[in-house]
Amino acid sequence: MHDMSAQAHVAHHAPPTSFIRKHIFSIDHKVIGKQYYGLALVAVFVGMVLSWLMRLHLGWTNLAIPGLHWLSSTGAPGNVMTPEYYLQLMTMHGTIMVFFVLTTAPFAAFGNFFLPIQVGAEDMPFPRFNMMSFWVTLVAFLVMISSFFVSDGPTLGGWTQYAPLSAVGSVAGPGQGMGVILWASSIAIFCIGQLLGSLNFITTTLDMRTKGMSLWRLPLSTWGWFITSVMGLTAFAVLMPACILLILDHVAGTSFFVASNLVLNDQLQPHAGGSTLLWQHLFWFFGHPEVYIAIVPGMGIVSHVLTVNMRRPMLSHRVLVYSMGALAVLSYMVYGHHMFVSGMNPISSIVFSFPTLIITIPSTIIVLIWLGSLYGSRLRINSASLFALGMISMFISGGVSGFFLAQPSLDIMLHATYFVVGHFHLVMAVAAIFGIFSGTYFWFPKMFGRMMDERLGKIHFWLTFVGAYCIFMPFHYAGLAGNVRRYQAFVDDYLQPLIPLHRFITVAALATGAAQFIFLYNLIHSRYWGEKAPDNPWQATSLEWATPTTPPPYDNFGGKLPVVYHDPYQYGIEGSTGDYVMQNSPEKIQSVGEEA
Amino acid sequence: MAKLFAVTIIVIAILSAIPILQHTWWLPQDISTHGQPIDEQMSETMAEAGISFLASQILLAIFIWKYSKPRPNERIKNFPGGAMGLVIAAFLLVGTEVLALGAFGAKAWANIYLTPPSANAMPIQVQAGQFAFYFRYPGPDGKFGPIHPDMISEANANFMGLDTTHDADSKDDIVTAEMAIPVNREIHLLMHSKDLGHSFYVPELRVHQDFLPGLDLAIHFTATKIGKYEIVCTQLCGLGHYNMKAYLYVMSQEDFDNWLKKEAAMQ
Repeated sequence: MHDMSAQAHVAHHAPPTSFIRKHIFSIDHKVIGKQYYGLALVAVFVGMVLSWLMRLHLGWTNLAIPGLHWLSSTGAPGNVMTPEYYLQLMTMHGTIMVFFVLTTAPFAAFGNFFLPIQVGAEDMPFPRFNMMSFWVTLVAFLVMISSFFVSDGPTLGGWTQYAPLSAVGSVAGPGQGMGVILWASSIAIFCIGQLLGSLNFITTTLDMRTKGMSLWRLPLSTWGWFITSVMGLTAFAVLMPACILLILDHVAGTSFFVASNLVLNDQLQPHAGGSTLLWQHLFWFFGHPEVYIAIVPGMGIVSHVLTVNMRRPMLSHRVLVYSMGALAVLSYMVYGHHMFVSGMNPISSIVFSFPTLIITIPSTIIVLIWLGSLYGSRLRINSASLFALGMISMFISGGVSGFFLAQPSLDIMLHATYFVVGHFHLVMAVAAIFGIFSGTYFWFPKMFGRMMDERLGKIHFWLTFVGAYCIFMPFHYAGLAGNVRRYQAFVDDYLQPLIPLHRFITVAALATGAAQFIFLYNLIHSRYWGEKAPDNPWQATSLEWATPTTPPPYDNFGGKLPVVYHDPYQYGIEGSTGDYVMQNSPEKIQSVGEEA
Repeated sequence: MAKLFAVTIIVIAILSAIPILQHTWWLPQDISTHGQPIDEQMSETMAEAGISFLASQILLAIFIWKYSKPRPNERIKNFPGGAMGLVIAAFLLVGTEVLALGAFGAKAWANIYLTPPSANAMPIQVQAGQFAFYFRYPGPDGKFGPIHPDMISEANANFMGLDTTHDADSKDDIVTAEMAIPVNREIHLLMHSKDLGHSFYVPELRVHQDFLPGLDLAIHFTATKIGKYEIVCTQLCGLGHYNMKAYLYVMSQEDFDNWLKKEAAMQ
């Protein structure tokens, strides 16, 4: 242990005493992490209910959904969804899930709570920025939700908000005026929160590591958050100005994204001189790194959970870290594969296709390192490890469809079809959510001081694992048959035979969604009535399990920062405490894996 | 539990592969001259992705089955060849695979997008707008008259903004709501949007191209099979997006000539 004065440059803060400073406007990274988790939890259930409504409508287009008119009397007269309301719900589903769940939970929630502890710090270097990042994100969420309550509802332009549909105003359809302004404002505000959070994560990782915690001794989860925060810093810094330009096209008469001579409703539009493709370039320069912002924290979390449950370090800690880094670097060079048939120069499509194909190499290495590490391990099966292994299965399934979408010649058939929807749901949504579940079952004891119910956790896993495949595999089949996405009904002759497949997907989505209430019950019940958690229930080695109390005290380590002596995953050895040695244990051992 | 999980993974992997192997849902029949390399590329990619998918899932399942058993006296062992072996395997196997796919795929793409249309390709113009396509044939003079955006009017049925009073080239232009083309004749399709982003997708024709407002784009293709097909929009364009479609009729030259005459008479 060494004294905290070693980090004298950090402004120490005394524990708060008032309820408001302790639980609401808290600058404690752990409270902020829990707040982010709570926000993501609310958001994911909102997003899921939206997906249920969409799926019901897609299966049975004229179905009256009881009570829907309460949500919007114009959007669902007689409880039957209108075409525009379907698109509005779809847009909100995508936006809420991508930004407020997949970015918020694995990165901001777990990262906030555990990154400072795993590096052996008492807090982040800019705690007020950290608090601000959460509150700004909450404001962004409220602004997004508020668009449900403006006169013509939220925007219908999809989470990608392609211009000029998003830029010409309400003449393009319901929600395209105020709905878009609220959407773009919300996302711009969200970007501020992410930029503040990313700055904190980067600085904490680089400057706040405790004595002995070299970069190679950082756990893989910390590497995941660190790499993600570097991506976040650049990607959100591009999306934010893009959203501001979009707002200006609405309110200031500019034409950044609108070309000349457009005619809507027989009216020549006043815009002139903008570029339709500019939005796509700006959006996807953010949008593709965003895929990795969603999944790399999950990779880190799953790697961390697996090492503990395999009782061994990864086959190569460093190769895994380098591969996650390679994903981050390449993620900026591949974004053009979203635009193969957009009308950009066809040579650009070929140029973008190669890095897109090459990104499969680091992805493959990551999967092979996971598989190779399972070999010869002592695998423990519990809810956390089941979801971690499930994540690998989902990542493989979602990853292989990337072979297709990286090729412009195949994009001719598959672009904007359900094949794409199946691909990104498996690889970035389901895989990332499995990472979140794995992290939740694993870290809940440390976060709340109580154990989750394992039996319920396993039931939750089985229903979710089988259910997710039943939902998302058929999407690929529909896509191969040319099923276009973002249709509220399938009126084309060639789409009629696919309707039974969509009904199957709908039933699977309803059942899998219902299974999530088991998780919610487990979460709430265990929070208050779960079995008391010991300090280190999984016999793990990293510093979050070395805190003096569970949950950790306000300053994480009770006034004495730990000193680190070992690589993060010293399992499968003969230590005095069992088959592992904690990072802060001065015990001399024959270390396994690469030594820093 | 671990064994059940392993079996479940394998069952899911096999069940997922069956509809692909049986082509239960698959690309529609190809009716283009350029489609064959695309279809071959699709089958080749499916084979490689399918093998990667099945092999990885089965390996995952086997390892879960095998290494979750308690083996108290056995030390942790490393995968033969270690991490470096796996990295080399990934570079060699996947690297070669993706570069080969990339090269052949680029050839198939270039074959369509980087070759000019032949000199005798038949020009047809298509205009996309919320939520309909309109097509224009140049008439006997072989020339399209200019488009005047300020004259575009659904109300006056001047869908493409033509000034037939003043523009000589526009007088014989034929504007239709459906697209007809002669079989085995190359078509040079000139694309523009009057309002927003849209797309021109005919799965059977292996043609898919977005419309970019403010930018005129062109594609070319030859249909080889007489029949009726659907042209659908794939770029979200508003509340009627799902219903934005037109029919494509591929006809014999004689039928096409008669169709065009009939349409010309209706202008």
